[in-house]
Amino acid sequence: MTSQNPEQQAEQGADQLPAHTEEERREQPVARMGMFGAKTTGDTSGYGRLVVRQSPKVSAPRPYGGPGGTAEAGEFDEIADELERALPDYGDAIERVVVDRGEMTFFVKREHLATVARTMRDEPSLRFEMCAGVSGVHYPQETGAELHAVVHLLSITHNRRVRLETACPDADPHVPSLTPVYPTNDWHERETYDFFGIVFDGHPALTRIEMPDDWVGHPQRKDYPLGGIPVEYRGAEIPPPDERRSYT
Amino acid sequence: MSSTKYTEYDAYAADAAAEGKVFDVAGEDWDQVVAGAEDAGDERLVVNMGPQHPSTHGVLRLILTLDGETVNECRVGIGYLHTGIEKNMEYRTWTQGTTFCTRMDYLAPVFNEAAYCLGVEKLLGVTEQVPERAQIIRVMMMELNRISSHLVAIATFGLELGATTVMLNGFIEREYTLDLFEEITGLRMNMAYVRPGGVAQDLPSGALSKVRDYLDRMPKRIQALRKLMDHNTVYLARTKNVAYLDLTGCMSLGITGPVLRATGLPWDLRKSQPYCGYETYDFEVPTQDTCDVYGRYLVRVAEMEESLKIVEQCVDRLQTVKGPVMIEDKKIGWPAQLAIGADGMGNSPRHIAHIMGTSMEALIHHFKLVTEGFRVPAGQVYTPVESPRGELGAHLVSDGGTRPYRVHFREPSFVNLQAAPAMSEGGMVADVIAAVASIDPVMGGVDR
Amino acid sequence: MGLEEKLPSGFLLTTVEQVAGWARKSSVWPATFGLACCAMEMMAAGDPRHDFSRWGMERASGTPRQADLMIVAGRVSQKMAPVLRQIYDQMTEPKWVIAMGVCASSGGMFNNYAIVQGVDHIVPVDIYLPGCPPRPEMLLDAIMKLHDKIQNTKLGPQRKAQIVELEEAKRRQLPLLGQSGAGR
Repeated sequence: MTSQNPEQQAEQGADQLPAHTEEERREQPVARMGMFGAKTTGDTSGYGRLVVRQSPKVSAPRPYGGPGGTAEAGEFDEIADELERALPDYGDAIERVVVDRGEMTFFVKREHLATVARTMRDEPSLRFEMCAGVSGVHYPQETGAELHAVVHLLSITHNRRVRLETACPDADPHVPSLTPVYPTNDWHERETYDFFGIVFDGHPALTRIEMPDDWVGHPQRKDYPLGGIPVEYRGAEIPPPDERRSYT
Repeated sequence: MSSTKYTEYDAYAADAAAEGKVFDVAGEDWDQVVAGAEDAGDERLVVNMGPQHPSTHGVLRLILTLDGETVNECRVGIGYLHTGIEKNMEYRTWTQGTTFCTRMDYLAPVFNEAAYCLGVEKLLGVTEQVPERAQIIRVMMMELNRISSHLVAIATFGLELGATTVMLNGFIEREYTLDLFEEITGLRMNMAYVRPGGVAQDLPSGALSKVRDYLDRMPKRIQALRKLMDHNTVYLARTKNVAYLDLTGCMSLGITGPVLRATGLPWDLRKSQPYCGYETYDFEVPTQDTCDVYGRYLVRVAEMEESLKIVEQCVDRLQTVKGPVMIEDKKIGWPAQLAIGADGMGNSPRHIAHIMGTSMEALIHHFKLVTEGFRVPAGQVYTPVESPRGELGAHLVSDGGTRPYRVHFREPSFVNLQAAPAMSEGGMVADVIAAVASIDPVMGGVDR
Repeated sequence: MGLEEKLPSGFLLTTVEQVAGWARKSSVWPATFGLACCAMEMMAAGDPRHDFSRWGMERASGTPRQADLMIVAGRVSQKMAPVLRQIYDQMTEPKWVIAMGVCASSGGMFNNYAIVQGVDHIVPVDIYLPGCPPRPEMLLDAIMKLHDKIQNTKLGPQRKAQIVELEEAKRRQLPLLGQSGAGR
């Protein structure tokens, strides 16, 4: 955190991760190479050798603070404490806890997701009685945890929000369904299945919801093309957005 | 079709499960449904309503199993307007994303933009730096939009129950609201007016007096609309004690917005988790405790009146609060002060003269920001706003690049529509339309 | 030199085609085919300010059997496409189609996996109406242009000749590139 550049300072301050040494950073997997999106033509910009590494997966340190981003123990510490108290296998179920930009994320092992969610809902001191749905995210570069299911919980009683994130490998895309705990997730899980191919075990009728029933593939995955067609305009042909040269 | 599936769900209480077969909305295709009905051999009638049908809620498909006039089972088929907006946004810059997401829920474009832009600002960590004037304009536009959206909700509701007069009255009032949008943003719908860091351009001169005229006119018109509805016995008979859904059902199904507030819970994100400075405005959260269609209509009407109060406060503030409407940080704020010219909205002539005539650096900066966009630090956020239909949340994931890694919207229409079976099963087939209309789903938002 | 001079006042002479066209255009019944944002503007065209009942169009038909104009208002998804074609096939001849908005005309900004890139892949289109969404006034203008087209539609063998003529004209039409003078 010694940078004099205000932009970098802001960036480091914003994600509140502990400063890590250069060696640690070098061991991280590569997120991407080069700077421009051109893959076929020769890159004459000189940025071709630029290596961008993934940010390390670390837990946020205690105290977690609260949505205001204070340094003292706050609302998020209460949530973590209560969950730890109510959940016998807390250490086993929660991989890590990230507090970032005033939002708290529990990374939950998938086999524990249903238990964690039920505790979150039923424990009076937690009482996250409403679920704002599941959102899928596809990280093809994260081997063994390509597909993420992100669940947003809301406690009307305590006026708090928290996020559960769970991951599953592409080869075995199974995550327990949360419909027994939060019936509202019925359609959300069908949508996530439709777009990402995550199979929610225990869902009463996991079928496609947005795409036609006979559609092949899961269109919002990163390996699924955008699927546009080239457009001709006044004699010039413009490729679809995903095939254009672009800055990444 | 098997109601036995239900037994394993003890979610919340038995009441929620007794509300209806919520989980059975999905499933077989139409011919399989018919075949299944034929096999059953009883006098069941399966009716396919939609996706193209005379009701005005877009391409919604309802599959109803009827026993005489009674609805035994209602399934909802959606996806007929799936547009791939979330995927398309991954291929555009963060700023261009506004143009896409504004077209999701096309009756509430400002809310889509606001949820998205608040998310981008949170990711950038610049929420505090957005100018005050921009925040006030956002609030004013959102509240005007809430009025126009509720007007359409009530107008189409009248139309669906067969009252064309209501529709004509509602739509003409909406026209006056859209006139304001056109005056301020240059467009009637899908404005892409709220941008990351502020709003696209300042109010044109004379816009505030037009808003004042609107504020003078509107309360009387809302009262007239109420008179038209409340004194109509047919309307009352068709809305009172119809499509009952109580708080327990709302909680387990994740229902928010007027449907939730009609059960008596004053849950409004503008009050409970304020954004854009809503905590500084004086307004009430209207509730009803009837849990029926009529209660939802009353909540909507009362919300329009509250919105007028907020707009009035915005107009007062805008007269004193001057200043920029876009973030000062030139690495994020759109370089040009946009202006409306003879050929529509575009870069201001002064800015063009500056970059083309005097400053090479400004030209490079403009080019870089417009073509490449700004970089957003890696991370994820969830930003909810209170849209006319409920909690509209934007889940944004950034990988540190100039384009979103993943954008997902928690659309209130999508969630609330799940309640249609719970509201209509066990009732009369004519009340299905009333139930769906009281949810006020917008299919553009449902399918995205 | 003709019949006109011998007739008393109060008579109009015209062709059967013109009478049929006039009758057809005077009460075009649209099938309600609202899909997305444009559907709101289509409904706004029916509101008291724009009021398309001035052209006998206020009876928006719920059933395709009694409609002769389909205003495809909005983006057509892959899932909706077969439904749209089925609706069109149920409409009785003569029938017309307006592709309202850029999404229905060409796919517009949604050049992706989910949207049919122009409704003319599925049904023949008479009028393409640009805009995102087009204003109600633009829809009224499109309807006026369609009225003109309906009025001047010929009947019987003349209609066949007209189709051949129009097709020939289309075939001979220079591309936009040539017209604008660019690229020469």
